[in-house]
Amino acid sequence: MGNVGQSVTRLDAYDKATGRAKYTDDLCDKSALVLKIVHSTIAHGLVKSVETSEAAAGRGVVRIFTCFEVPDIPFPTAGHPWSTDPHHQDIADRLMLNRHVRYYGDDVAVVVAEDEVAAARAARLVKVEYEELPFVLDVQEAMKDGTPRIHEEFPGNVLAHTSINKGDYDGAIREPGLICVDRWYETPVVQHCHIENHIVFAYGENGRLVIVSSTQIPHIVRRTVGQALGLPWGKIRLIKPYIGGGFGNKQDTLYEPLTAFVSQQLGGRLVKMDVSREETFVSNRVRHSIRSHLVSWLRPDGTYVARKLECFSDQGAYASHGHSIAAKGLGAFPQMYPCPHVRGDAYTVYTNKPVAGAMRGYGIPQAMFAVESHTDDICLALGLDPEAFRRRNIMPVGYRDNFSKNENYFDSFNQCADRAVAYMDYRRKAAAYKKQAGPVRRGIGLSYLWYNTGVWPISLEHSSCRMVLNQDGSMQLQVAETEIGQGADTAYAQMAADVVGLRDYRDVHVISCQDTDVTPFGLGAYASRQTYVCGFSIRQTGQILKDKILRYAGELTRTPVSSLNVVDSNIVRQTDGRILMPLGDLALEAFYSLEHSEHLTAESTCQIKSNAYSFGCCIAEVEVDIPLCRARLIKIVNVHDCGRLINPALAEAQVHGGMSMGIGFALSEQLLFDPRTGRPLNGNLLDYKLSTFMDHPHLEAQFVENYEPTSPFGTKALGEPPATPVAPAIRNAILNATGVAIDRLPLNPHILFQRFTEEGLIRDSWREEK
Amino acid sequence: MYDIKELYEAESLQEAVALRLEHPGARVIAGGSDVLVQMREGRLAGQELISIQRLDELRGVRLDDEGSIRLGSLTSFSQITKSPVIRKHIGVLGEAVDLVGGPQIRNLGTIGGNTCNGVTSADSASTLHAWEAVVELTGPAGERRLPIRDFYLGAGTVDIRPGEIQTAILIPRASYDRTWGYYYKYALRNAMDIATTGCSVNARLSPDGKTFERVRLAYGVAGPVPRRAPSAEAAANGRPVDRATVEAFGLAVLDDIDPRDSWRASRDFRRHIAVEMAKRCLAESVRRCGGELS
Repeated sequence: MGNVGQSVTRLDAYDKATGRAKYTDDLCDKSALVLKIVHSTIAHGLVKSVETSEAAAGRGVVRIFTCFEVPDIPFPTAGHPWSTDPHHQDIADRLMLNRHVRYYGDDVAVVVAEDEVAAARAARLVKVEYEELPFVLDVQEAMKDGTPRIHEEFPGNVLAHTSINKGDYDGAIREPGLICVDRWYETPVVQHCHIENHIVFAYGENGRLVIVSSTQIPHIVRRTVGQALGLPWGKIRLIKPYIGGGFGNKQDTLYEPLTAFVSQQLGGRLVKMDVSREETFVSNRVRHSIRSHLVSWLRPDGTYVARKLECFSDQGAYASHGHSIAAKGLGAFPQMYPCPHVRGDAYTVYTNKPVAGAMRGYGIPQAMFAVESHTDDICLALGLDPEAFRRRNIMPVGYRDNFSKNENYFDSFNQCADRAVAYMDYRRKAAAYKKQAGPVRRGIGLSYLWYNTGVWPISLEHSSCRMVLNQDGSMQLQVAETEIGQGADTAYAQMAADVVGLRDYRDVHVISCQDTDVTPFGLGAYASRQTYVCGFSIRQTGQILKDKILRYAGELTRTPVSSLNVVDSNIVRQTDGRILMPLGDLALEAFYSLEHSEHLTAESTCQIKSNAYSFGCCIAEVEVDIPLCRARLIKIVNVHDCGRLINPALAEAQVHGGMSMGIGFALSEQLLFDPRTGRPLNGNLLDYKLSTFMDHPHLEAQFVENYEPTSPFGTKALGEPPATPVAPAIRNAILNATGVAIDRLPLNPHILFQRFTEEGLIRDSWREEK
Repeated sequence: MYDIKELYEAESLQEAVALRLEHPGARVIAGGSDVLVQMREGRLAGQELISIQRLDELRGVRLDDEGSIRLGSLTSFSQITKSPVIRKHIGVLGEAVDLVGGPQIRNLGTIGGNTCNGVTSADSASTLHAWEAVVELTGPAGERRLPIRDFYLGAGTVDIRPGEIQTAILIPRASYDRTWGYYYKYALRNAMDIATTGCSVNARLSPDGKTFERVRLAYGVAGPVPRRAPSAEAAANGRPVDRATVEAFGLAVLDDIDPRDSWRASRDFRRHIAVEMAKRCLAESVRRCGGELS
C-alpha cells in the first residue's frame, strides 16, 4: 500500500540505462531485407515514369516497387479510434506510394535490397520523370482562387472549417469607447525529434502478417494496415516493443503499411524499414504551423466585451490528424478567458509541405502562443498589469463546459500563478525591468496554460486491463496504453499495487510490449490520457482480482469474505488486523490445490465518459543582448495542477522534457522551405536548431495537487501541458525587456534583428537601401 | 553501415605517404567526424580511405627548438583545450576548439582534419588565420611549410599535393609573443552548432598599454575561406587604445567583408553581427592584454 504518491524508481530504469532494453531494431533478425524509399524531388506533380533498370542491376538489389504497383486503396493514417459512423471517420487520402506527389519528399518508390549500402546506392539510381504542377506553400495563399488543387475532392484546399459563435459579436463591438487590439500571430513548422527514428519490420507467419513497429498506437496501426492492404484486420499482428520517444509523430500510421505490403509481395520475407533522421524531418509528420488573427474589444478598465479568433492551420500535403488540431485550439480560446461575445473560425488547409499531424500539445502550443502573447499586447495597449489582468479574466472556479462536461473544480490558475510568482520574484522584477536603457536588458514574462485532457466525447475513450496472479503473489499487468518513455508503466504498477493490496509496485510485472494478439484492446498513448484512463481500468480490474483473492482466502481461512482484506501482500482479518496468511501462500495453494485449483486472473474494460481540465503557469526571465540580437533564457518555472501526483519524480521529469521542448519552439526551431522549389532547407539536426542542454537554464518544475474528483486516483493530464506555455512566457519576457512585441516564432537572432531594427533599437547607419 | 570501398591503415608516416601515392583517389581519415558524416550523406559514398589514426607521432602539443608552438595534426580538440602550452601562450585557440560540436566530437575531431577539410566555418580556422599559423606537410620529397592563408585555396580545397600528409600546425613565437586574443562564435545555439560567423581577434599593446602595436582579425564564414580583415587592422594598428579606435575598427570591417544573403542569414544581419563581434573581440583582447580602454 502507499505506492501511489511515491517517487519510486522506474520499472525500466536499469534495463534502459544499461542498454539491455530491446527496441525494434534490436529485435530484427540480421537476415532482414532492407527498404529504402525514393522521395519526390518536386513539391507538386504527377509521376510520368519511374526508370529502375540501372538501380535494379546493382549488387544486392532484390526488388523495386514503384507508385504504379501499390494497391489503389486510400487509407487514413491518424491515430484516432475508428468510428463506425462514416461521417466521423478520418479522411482517407493516402496511398502507400504516390503517382500524384504533393510535397518535396513524398514517397514514389521503394527499393528492397540485401543491405543498407546496396539499398542506398540503388535508391540514388532510380530516375523519376515528373509532370510538374504549380505548388503552394502558404496556408492563406492556398485558399485563394486559382491556386493549385492538392486533392481533387477539396476545392480551395480547405480540408475543414469550423466556427464558434457566442453572443452577438457584431452588435457588441458597436459599444462606444471600446479599445480594439488587433494582431496576427504565427508559429512555425517544427518536428518532434524523438531520439529513435521510426523503424518497422514485417514478416509472414502462418498466413498472417506480423509487424514490429516503433509506434505509440499498436491496435490502431493494426487496423490501418488492414485497411491499406485490403486485408481482414485479424490477419495483421502488430507488436510494439520499447520505443525511443514519439511525441505524437508515432501517433500516426507511418511506414507500417508499405513495409507490410513489401513483405506480403515477397512471400512473407522479413523486411525492415529504418527511417533516417533526414526522412523523419520531411516525410513523417510535423507540427501544424498556425497563423492566428486575434481581435479583442475591451473597455478602458480592462473588461472584455467581445473577442474574435481566426486561425489558419497548415495541414501540409495529406490529412493525417487534420482539423482536430486547429479545432482543439479553437476550443481553448473562448474558455480560457470567458467573454460574453465570441466569434471564432478555424480553417485547416492543404499545402505542398510535409504532412502535419499530432505533436505534443495538439494545437495548444500554437493557441497558447497566440492567446497569451495577445494577453500581454492588450495589457501594453491599455496600460494594465499582465498578472492582475490575467487573474481578473481567467476561467473562474465552477466553470463548466457544456460539450465535454468538464468542470473547473479548483482555482488552479491562480494557485499555480501564486507559486510561480513567488519562485521568480515576478512582481519586483517586472516593475524593475520596465526602466532599463543600454544594450543588455532583462525581462520577465508570464503565461498561463489551458489544457483539456482526453478524447471523450469526440471519440471513443476506454481502457482494457488484464491481471494475472503468479504463484508467489506477484502479478502481471497488461494494458494497451503504451509506455513511450513517459514512465506510464511505472505509474500503472504503482496504481495496481495499491488497488490489489501488494506491498511493492515491483511485484506488478507490467508487460511493456504490446502485441495485438495478446494485449487487451486499447487505443495507445496520446492526448496525455494514459494515467487518467488506465486508472479506471486498473481500479476496476484490480477490484475484480482482489475479490477473487478474498473469496479464495475466505475458503482457505473459513472467514467471511467481508472480514478480509489484502494489505501489503498479506491476507488480513480486518476486525483485528491479524495477518492470516501471506498472499504468496494463497496463490501457491490456488495454483496447485487438489481441492480447488484456480488461476486467479481478471480482465475488464472500462469505458470512460469524462475527462479533466489540466491547468498551469509558466514564468520566464530573459537577458536580451540587443546589439547581438540574442535572447538568453536565464530562469524559468512551470507550475502545474495535474491533480494528485502518482510519481512526483516522474512528473517532474515530464515537466522538464516539456519545458525543453517549449524552449526550442520559442527560441530556435523551425523547418524552412525554399520558396522557389518547395524543397525543405534544413531537415537535419545540424541546420534545424533543436535546443541543447547548453541552451537551458535550470528547469524548475512545481506542482499544485488538487485531487481530481473524476479520476479514481485523483490524477489528470501532464504529458503535453508543460510544452505549451513556455514560448509565450519567453516572448512576453522579451517584450518586458525591450518593449518590442514579436508575433512570430522562433524568437531567434534573425527575427530579433528585424524587429529591433524596425523599432529603432538597432540603427545601422551603414545599412544599404534595398 | 558505411559505404566504404576500401580502408588502408597506415602504421607509419612513411607508409601513409606511400599509401597516398598508391591510392591517389583515397581520402585521408583521422577522427572521421567529417569524412564519415559526408559518407553517410552519400557525398563520399563508395570512397577509399587511408586511416592515419595509428600515427601517434602526429599527436600532441609542444614548443619546438625555435620556440614555435607545434600542434601535431592528429591532436584532438579536447587535447588542445587541455594543453598547458596552449593555455599559456594562445589560450584563445583552446577556447575556440572547445566550441566545436559536443564533447564526443571534440574527443574525436583533430586540428589536422579541421583544417584539411578546408571549410570556412571550422572553429579553429579563423583563430589560426588571425595568428598566422604555418602548415607543415610531409610528402615523398620531405617536409614543406606554408602560411595557412596559402594553404586554403577555395571552399573545401586546400594545398595538399600527391603523397602529402599534413603533419603539424605551427604558431611562430613572433606571432604569439605578448599577444592575447578572443574568439566569438556566433551560432544559433550554444552547442552542436556551426558558426553563422566566427570572429577571432588578437592584440599586442605597446609596453605602456596606450597604443595598439599589432591587431589581427580573421573571420570564418565571411567568404569561401577564412579571411583576415586588413582595413580593420589598419584602423587599429598604431592607434590609441581607446573606445574611438574600437569603434573605427568595427566599422572598417565593412570594407573587408562582403557577405551574401542566404536562407541561413541575411547580408544585413551578417554585416551587423560582424561589426559588433569585431568590437567586442577587440575590447576583450585589450582586457586580456592587461590594458584598459580609455
